[in-house]
Amino acid sequence: MLKAPKPLKIRVEDMNLYYDSFQALINVNLDVLTNEITAFIGPSGCGKSTLLKSLNRMNDLIESCRITGKITYDGEDIYGKMNVSELRKRVGMVFQKPNPFPMSVYDNIAYGPRTHGIKKKKVLDQIVEESLQNAAIWDELKDRLKKSALAISGGQQQRLCIARALAIKPEVILLDEPTSALDPISTTKIEDLLAELKDRYTIVIVTHNMGQAARISDKTAFFLHGEIVEFGRTMEIFSKPKDKKTEDYITGRFG
Amino acid sequence: MAKDIKEIREKGAEYFFLLCSLVSIGAVLLICYFIFAGAYPALRDIGAWAFLTGDLWKPTDHPPSFGIFNMIAGSIYVTAGACIFGVPVGVFAAVYMAKYCPRKIYPVASQLVSLLAGIPSIIYGFFGMMMIVPFIQENFSGNGNSVLAASIVLGVMILPTVIKVSEVSIRAVPKSYFEGALALGATKEQSIFFVGIPAAKSGILAGVILGIGRAIGETMAVVMVAGNSNILPESIFKSVRTLTANIVLEMGYAAGPHYDAIVATGAVLFVFILMLNIVLNIINKGAQTSGGLS
Repeated sequence: MLKAPKPLKIRVEDMNLYYDSFQALINVNLDVLTNEITAFIGPSGCGKSTLLKSLNRMNDLIESCRITGKITYDGEDIYGKMNVSELRKRVGMVFQKPNPFPMSVYDNIAYGPRTHGIKKKKVLDQIVEESLQNAAIWDELKDRLKKSALAISGGQQQRLCIARALAIKPEVILLDEPTSALDPISTTKIEDLLAELKDRYTIVIVTHNMGQAARISDKTAFFLHGEIVEFGRTMEIFSKPKDKKTEDYITGRFG
Repeated sequence: MAKDIKEIREKGAEYFFLLCSLVSIGAVLLICYFIFAGAYPALRDIGAWAFLTGDLWKPTDHPPSFGIFNMIAGSIYVTAGACIFGVPVGVFAAVYMAKYCPRKIYPVASQLVSLLAGIPSIIYGFFGMMMIVPFIQENFSGNGNSVLAASIVLGVMILPTVIKVSEVSIRAVPKSYFEGALALGATKEQSIFFVGIPAAKSGILAGVILGIGRAIGETMAVVMVAGNSNILPESIFKSVRTLTANIVLEMGYAAGPHYDAIVATGAVLFVFILMLNIVLNIINKGAQTSGGLS
């Protein structure tokens, strides 16, 4: 049964990335399709987080970082004329360690919309509720909106951070090992959440957890030493990898 | 045998360190005792309320009047003025030092700010006398010796304290907060002003309070530019006398009840400093218990 291919969201073409003289990414090519979950796997230091951070230009913060090649978002070069704030509004990000701001749950969610000029309390109230609903954490937090976000559990903090990313109504969500600091129950909750969000968002996730990649992603890219060794349907990568190195990694023989 | 000697030596060192710390603790307690014991006769004879709220200071009249209200107000005026100048400039300078300053310039800038802290207050006084007072005289009313002149000089004097303490607390804000804000599409300024500074606010406030402590206790530089008339100033261009100025100007010739009243003026100043310290402690405690940053 053939389905129409999903539209292209992000395309990475012949990309190289250097930190000073060290080359962290070598000739990377990758397509991220709309409403799919794309997982990046590979051993530590293989460049998967670096590529993720290039997709919303968070690498701009690193002075020594230099990029060649091209990354397009909906066909537009993100390192060209596109405004970086505008890009990050469309491409939200969730970090490895939950990083709620030291303010109330409500203000955390409202931070993004406020930054983008929304001031009306009614509108903000609605965005806060919607975002927390979408992140499946409304029921747990609805009575604690005025409480400090630092006072809730780590798992709740991470879902709060997802809600905070959703509040700016992005099209893509990048997640950098979002569950590596969490317990198994919180991890399951976030995986379930991502599966739900997939219908409305495009998701790219970096993970060290093979099982996680296999469970939730549609496509998987296996990175090694700054190169993509293999990229394809998750089912195929995990059931019949083409490359010996991929097979060794996913079966736990190294990494 | 050898072990015993080692033990004795270790104990000896410990007692020596204890002695050194007792010297400083003892100094604080002694100062507290003498200033309050010295202030007691004046407060008893004049009455604490009359002393604090009286607006007549005629120590050599018959009978004399000892009211320091004008000086308390004067100290508060120039300190508030110093904050109006010094706090915004200091906090923004700290933001620059922590978040914008190019790595090559930073050591130089940081050294210069430290140098600002090391300049003797009499030099600040000269700077005020030669630059600020004439400037006010030429461009505004009066002879230049004024609340405004004292406020500007003190504002510059508190800068290093405000900058250094604020810079440290802004640097202590986890990078992840800034990244979180930037990833939501905030600009660098937005990430600093709406996440960084709120997260560092207790530390910044501590810097401001230390600055207030410095400003309210400053004597020499203020005496040189404030005019020191013992009246409540009607405008910022009018002369003003602070508590510290009152002490230093009259200590030399005061005797009897006048002397006691001068010591009591010092005690009032001391109470101000103690209150600032208490506020500072509360802020630091609050920062620790709320998991915030100091």
